[in-house]
Amino acid sequence: MRLVFAALLTLCSLTSAIAQTQAPAAAPTFGGPTIRYGGDATSGAPYTFKDPADPNIVVGFESDIMTQIGKELGRAVEFVQNDWSNLIPGLNAGLYDAVINGLEITPEHQAAADFTIPYYVTYGQIVIRKGDPEVAGLEQLRGKSVGTLKSSQMERVLRNFGGIDVRSYEEEIDAYSDLKLKRIDATVMDFPIAVYYAQPDDALQFTGTPVGRIEYGIAVKKGGNPKLLAELNSGISQMIQDGEMRKILDKWAIWTPMMAQVTGDTRPMQVQPTAYTNFVEETQPRGWKAQIERYIRFLPQLFWAAVMTMEISILAMILAVALGATLALCRVYGGTVLDRFAQVYIEVVRGTPLLIQVLFIYYGLPKIGIQLDPFVAGVLALGLNYAAYEAENYRAGLLAIPRHQMETAIALNMTERQALRNVIIPQAARIVLPPTTNDFISLIKDSSLVSVISLVELTKTYEQISTTYYDYFGTGLLVAAVYLLLGLPFVRLARWAEKHVSRGTVRTTGRK
Amino acid sequence: MQPILRVENVHKSFDTTQILKGVSFQIEEGDLVSIIGPSGCGKSTLLRCLNGLETIDSGAIEACGVRMERKVGAPEIPGEVSHRLRRNVGMVFQQYQLFPHKTLIQNVMMAPMVVKGVKEAEALANAERLLRKVGLYEQRDRFPINLSGGQQQRGAIARALAMAPRIMLYDEPTSALDPGLVDEVLDVMKELDNEGMTQICVTHEMRFARDASDYIIFMEKGDIVEISDEDEMFTNPKDPRTRQFLRRFV
Repeated sequence: MRLVFAALLTLCSLTSAIAQTQAPAAAPTFGGPTIRYGGDATSGAPYTFKDPADPNIVVGFESDIMTQIGKELGRAVEFVQNDWSNLIPGLNAGLYDAVINGLEITPEHQAAADFTIPYYVTYGQIVIRKGDPEVAGLEQLRGKSVGTLKSSQMERVLRNFGGIDVRSYEEEIDAYSDLKLKRIDATVMDFPIAVYYAQPDDALQFTGTPVGRIEYGIAVKKGGNPKLLAELNSGISQMIQDGEMRKILDKWAIWTPMMAQVTGDTRPMQVQPTAYTNFVEETQPRGWKAQIERYIRFLPQLFWAAVMTMEISILAMILAVALGATLALCRVYGGTVLDRFAQVYIEVVRGTPLLIQVLFIYYGLPKIGIQLDPFVAGVLALGLNYAAYEAENYRAGLLAIPRHQMETAIALNMTERQALRNVIIPQAARIVLPPTTNDFISLIKDSSLVSVISLVELTKTYEQISTTYYDYFGTGLLVAAVYLLLGLPFVRLARWAEKHVSRGTVRTTGRK
Repeated sequence: MQPILRVENVHKSFDTTQILKGVSFQIEEGDLVSIIGPSGCGKSTLLRCLNGLETIDSGAIEACGVRMERKVGAPEIPGEVSHRLRRNVGMVFQQYQLFPHKTLIQNVMMAPMVVKGVKEAEALANAERLLRKVGLYEQRDRFPINLSGGQQQRGAIARALAMAPRIMLYDEPTSALDPGLVDEVLDVMKELDNEGMTQICVTHEMRFARDASDYIIFMEKGDIVEISDEDEMFTNPKDPRTRQFLRRFV
């Protein structure tokens, strides 16, 4: 799955490098339109994350930096959620103007997007279990298993170092969790991550010297927006000069010696690390009463996520049923050409992963000039995918109707179309209702895949909340309950419909 | 009198097997004709050709003035012609083939409403009349699964009659029925005969063929061997093949 992400990221970056020549983005003017910036608020403290005090808002030192840049430039800024692995493809798809989310300025990243000057310079922090022997540097990690963040610069550093058993994680808290469970021996991740997820934890400790040097930059579409790039650069420079950057980084408790070196600012801490202490305070384990209050606070967020899940699922299912029925009719009654076409469609769609289809439709199609809204792309991908499965269900349903039913209808002088509509399809419908209900429940769950194209539905919300509070258990039960509640009415509806349409299949009176 | 149905030199093959080898006959309005013959003689295929369920290879069929003709090697007869032919020709099959998802009366009402665009009230009135005729008015709201085989077959006759055909075709209408239920179906056919309906029945029911038919067509190996008055066929068949076939029944 991760390989797929990586491959698609590369593919889509290439794609849009070509696409941009056809449709250059309108360069925003100074004091011009809102700067939309992309990021992934799933866990990700202190970068961009759901405020533990109020999960309905997004906070973080990066969001503070963007707000400040907006002030410096006289521009409004707006956050857009997208999956971390797809931040650059989303940039190229025009979902937002810029990406600020711990993207390191590396040659690989620079090949895919244009970067500003660094807004933050930091290093890798080694973390071990409290009480384990101290580690001075990477040398002593040889032969050990070390956790890090997937597709980060640190991951590459560790792999290139050699001799280290590198374990890559999607979410940072999972790495620390595994460290505590002794599944791995150490972690090396960007210093701010360690400050927020390891430092407050009594079971873990910092150790060793800084590993490498990491520079974060704001990405804009490659070659597509030189004016915005210049504006962002001047915004960052101004913030460094007027001390705003220092204030923000102090507030989040992540000032580094490298920053002092870059900015020449060697003063002691300028403001209290209030953001850090708030975070630690809010994410501490609590009594059951406070815990329940916290869960209640999640409810509005879960509600809207559930609405998104249902909107996508219902629309996708309507598409799947309509297209599936058409394909099934083509296969059974369509003649050689339509049958072959439907067969190819079904085989291709069933034979390829849904995730790839979602990514392809959203990030791949712009290459041939088809740029879709994420919601439309999500519905389309799920609908087109499920249509293949529905088609096979419906084909089985049609074939289950005895051939002489069609013949009788023809003998009554119906046309084939009239016979299908009045005789064959109504009978097939009651056969396929149970498998179709099954597929719909399945689709509700598969709809979580659309989080890779920036849509925030239930599963994404679960990830965001649970990684913020480090509470997979309670939040997990809560979200599972929501999924169950979403599916139940449809199961009931289907049962009622089944009963309704199956009249005539069960003998109700004796022979006369 | 002008014949209501004329069959001229009809040929039909499935792949390389010749099923009908130049069948010709004609039927006057109001006749009840039985077609008998050993299994595989082509009698069912002949019946299916008569309302266009099977396309013919060559020959002509003319029913109630609608002519369907195909010369040797000519392209297939368009479906539209079969459709026109079928307007006057109803058919009842061996397996009672009522639509299981509809009640009896809905079965009878469906085709007139779908095919002819008849209004629901009119279709309903007509269906009630027909169900009375076949003795199923009481069962009008039952689903087919709740009807006996004989009732289903009578329902199928009512359903075919709802399209107001002038010729009715029956393909072994009683062979799937329990022996005790055969008569109720044959009685309906006899009643229709009394009303002047033209009927052609492929049957193994020799007693019915003998009692009710105006005359009998005996087929063997894709051809008509003998057409004769029902009494004459049974008492004094002209052809030795007919005699041999009937020996098993009398």
